[in-house]
Amino acid sequence: MASGRVLREPLRWVGQLSSGDRVLRRILIAVLAIVVVAGGGFFAWAWHGELPAEPSRDVSTFDPAVVAKGANLVAIGSCAVCHTAKNSPSFAGGYPVETPFGVIYGSNITPDRDTGIGTWSPAAFRRAMREGVDRLGNHLYPAFPYDHFTHATDSDLDAVYAFLMTRNAVQKANREPALAFPFNIRLSAAAWKLLFLHPGPNPPDPSKSAEWNRGAYLAESFGHCGACHTPRNLLAGEQRGKAYDGGFAEGWLAPALNAKSPAAVPWTAEAVTHYLREGWDAEHGHAAGPMAPVIDGTSRANSDDLRALGVYVASLNGATAAEIAAKREAALKFAAARTLPAHGTTAQTTGAAPGLANDGTAIFAGACATCHHAGGELPISRPIDLSLSSTVNEADARDLIQVILRGIHPATNERGRIMPAFDGVLTDRQIVALVNYVRGHFSTQPMWSDPAKTLANIRNGKGS
Amino acid sequence: MTTLIVNGKEHVTDADPATPLLYVLRNEIKLNAGKFGCGLGQCGACTVLVEHTPIFSCLTPISVLEGRRVRTLEGLGTAEHPGPLQAAFVKEQAAQCGYCIPGMVMRAQALLEQNSSPSEAQIREHMSTNLCRCGTQMRILRAIDRAAREMKSADLGAKP
Repeated sequence: MASGRVLREPLRWVGQLSSGDRVLRRILIAVLAIVVVAGGGFFAWAWHGELPAEPSRDVSTFDPAVVAKGANLVAIGSCAVCHTAKNSPSFAGGYPVETPFGVIYGSNITPDRDTGIGTWSPAAFRRAMREGVDRLGNHLYPAFPYDHFTHATDSDLDAVYAFLMTRNAVQKANREPALAFPFNIRLSAAAWKLLFLHPGPNPPDPSKSAEWNRGAYLAESFGHCGACHTPRNLLAGEQRGKAYDGGFAEGWLAPALNAKSPAAVPWTAEAVTHYLREGWDAEHGHAAGPMAPVIDGTSRANSDDLRALGVYVASLNGATAAEIAAKREAALKFAAARTLPAHGTTAQTTGAAPGLANDGTAIFAGACATCHHAGGELPISRPIDLSLSSTVNEADARDLIQVILRGIHPATNERGRIMPAFDGVLTDRQIVALVNYVRGHFSTQPMWSDPAKTLANIRNGKGS
Repeated sequence: MTTLIVNGKEHVTDADPATPLLYVLRNEIKLNAGKFGCGLGQCGACTVLVEHTPIFSCLTPISVLEGRRVRTLEGLGTAEHPGPLQAAFVKEQAAQCGYCIPGMVMRAQALLEQNSSPSEAQIREHMSTNLCRCGTQMRILRAIDRAAREMKSADLGAKP
């Protein structure tokens, strides 16, 4: 009924045009016809039917080797991050994913038949992963990165299915997304796919090694590294021409992984592999913010695949071994020159003028140098030499401010912290003074233009 | 010179501006409740309050505290007239060696000032920052819960 009126009203208006407007009338009718046909075509394309419910299956019928293969891929994909709410059972959903359009809650992917995906067949699961459509035919929002999972092979998707179907079923209802109009209409996700979903496998690069190709496959599919490390356009599609130029995630910058990487020492395959397994690397830094839970996944992945990811990700910067060696030597030399003694361990005092509450030198000496002085040791790990930290060398102050505000916590769900949070300890002016001091002393890069504004944006939940 | 306001009293110190607050509290002002544990912001034995925020005094230079109110365990009560949290810790016998307790009490004080009836989950989450190596965590949790209840029933809301 409503759609009939939608079509009839403009037609009547066209009919009321005078005969002198005949040409205009034809054009309008033609445009209307195109809109109707294209709209109909879009609906036909976007419409997906319900797939039949899978009968209950005894978990012992899944091959343990296939389940183990799935476990490895789920670890590389860090699926648990978005599909597990804080202090809640794994994979039962509820994690709030903040997007520029509103909040989307990760869904329950345990095999519960009422609230999870227990009634999904392997075909329904494959369709969801490749096309972003649930078993009933609803479009799923691209916060679920099916634009990456679409590149996965059938056998890998079936392995992930086997892994999920052998988890504990948890009854926990999914929470509806809280999105602004028009994104609250699920069909908007179909329009997004028309623009940004490029289904099918990526062809291998025969000029590269098997290990590199394995890493490329994992990074582009399950790993979905580009979901954060590639910038997105206004409609939240990844900008394919700017792959790995650095992106944005949950209030943090995801640094560039290509030649634009802020790393003082270029990443090598060994460094990436170590970082993905341990959550830190001595010549780069600790995983913090949204990257910390990713490590919780990758640390469980098998060694060969982590090594393949390392080979692929390190190759993105395009640097030769000679270039890496030269940059590394220069960076280590600069870092050694800028390292500071611990406060109170030598006759050296800070030289800070008394009464200057916003003096970055004194703040650093009293709050930071205890750990970040030369040769410092923490019970957990050796603190990162700040001159080598990607965060300190980034083009934007955002991540350094976030680290100071929130601290760095272990990559796994252990209690305790690697670096304590200083929000509320330092005032905003003091944080800005500290950030300026750290940048000026520990980086060869130019000073950040306006860290006070960046801090205000973080406090207001705005992008940079 | 740096002027500190500790438990309502001004204290002028000529220590280096980068000196951590804990050293000035213990060595100059002789407020010895806060303890040196790890010196790295990992254990919480040195916890005191700045305004309403619990901080690690071992990692807070005095320069940043000019004009801001610092509160230590000594500001909550005395042995003769303990504050509600201190009394609850005594009633629950929550200390074994006691080294972590001043930090525990100060962190708990910050919680009860924001939330007068915290759930057990909220208490656990909030207190997870502070470590006890003796194993009295269950008693510490009970003491905080008791203090919250008694402060409400006696209408002894924590006064900043």
